Amino acid sequence: MSRYRVSVHIVPRQGILDPQGKAVADALHTLGFGDVQDARIGRHIVLDVQATTPDAAGRAVRKMCDKLLANPVTEDYEIARVEGLP
Amino acid sequence: MKFGIVTFPGSNCDYDAFRGVVDVLGEQAVYLWHKSHDLQGSDVVVLPGGFSYGDYLRAGAIARFSPIMQEVVAHARRGGPVLAVCNGFQIACEAGLLPGALLRNASLTFLSQIVRLRVENADTMFTNRYTAGQILRMPIAHGDGRFTADDETLDRLEGEGRVVLRYVNAVGACDAESNPNGSMRAIAGIVSAEGNVLGLMPHPERAFESLLGSSDGLGIFQSMLARVSA
Repeated sequence: MSRYRVSVHIVPRQGILDPQGKAVADALHTLGFGDVQDARIGRHIVLDVQATTPDAAGRAVRKMCDKLLANPVTEDYEIARVEGLP
Repeated sequence: MKFGIVTFPGSNCDYDAFRGVVDVLGEQAVYLWHKSHDLQGSDVVVLPGGFSYGDYLRAGAIARFSPIMQEVVAHARRGGPVLAVCNGFQIACEAGLLPGALLRNASLTFLSQIVRLRVENADTMFTNRYTAGQILRMPIAHGDGRFTADDETLDRLEGEGRVVLRYVNAVGACDAESNPNGSMRAIAGIVSAEGNVLGLMPHPERAFESLLGSSDGLGIFQSMLARVSA
């Protein structure tokens, strides 16, 4: 078994109102960043897990997302990064 | 009739529910500690409001894994009544007892105010003491109360008469101003497919007597008495 650091991005699903994201997009427009089309604000979770391979570590974290870390009704997630730890 | 009121770390409406049941309704109530596996023979389980586990990750997400919740889910699957108020509603959705999710209020602010609710279905074990179309006044106190589900789920809830309470204005109509948190279709309360789990963001246990500003919440508890003891 090796140790891996797995990062997950969890964001509100497209089509679901994200008032925080909207407030931030409006503020960016006010600052002159008119190119911003949309902003969505979610969570970034970093897990330190033991697994046999990087793929296995990613699969384990997907299961964790399905069961707890993300709400399947309103959120999407993606494994952003898997890196080996010494 | 015996009401079992679950206390999670961070629950803060458990005492309101207890006092209402015992002092106003004149029925039995017991507190059920979240680490217990014993419903103590409760006929009805109340999941009260509060901030269980500090609302870490998402409101209700962690409370769902408390030992007592296994028993609450089993009780619900047997057809036992569950009243899920505010944080209890969030927990019931996370536990899969009710569909949908409760997201951050559209205004991004915590709301503590009296709202008006229209009774959409008076033929449930929680609302049979009301009449359809009746307007109730109850307090809300939440930061995450925006009911959200996909269109298919919303249509099914409406079609099956499972939308029980809706936010309305003084004349009983839905408009943007009377929907405090931006809930889809102004939904304030829904029941499960079998009708034995009610989840609602407003607090009936804080509207038990006119001294509290409204006694309109009492009917929810009286309805259960009428149906469950019958």
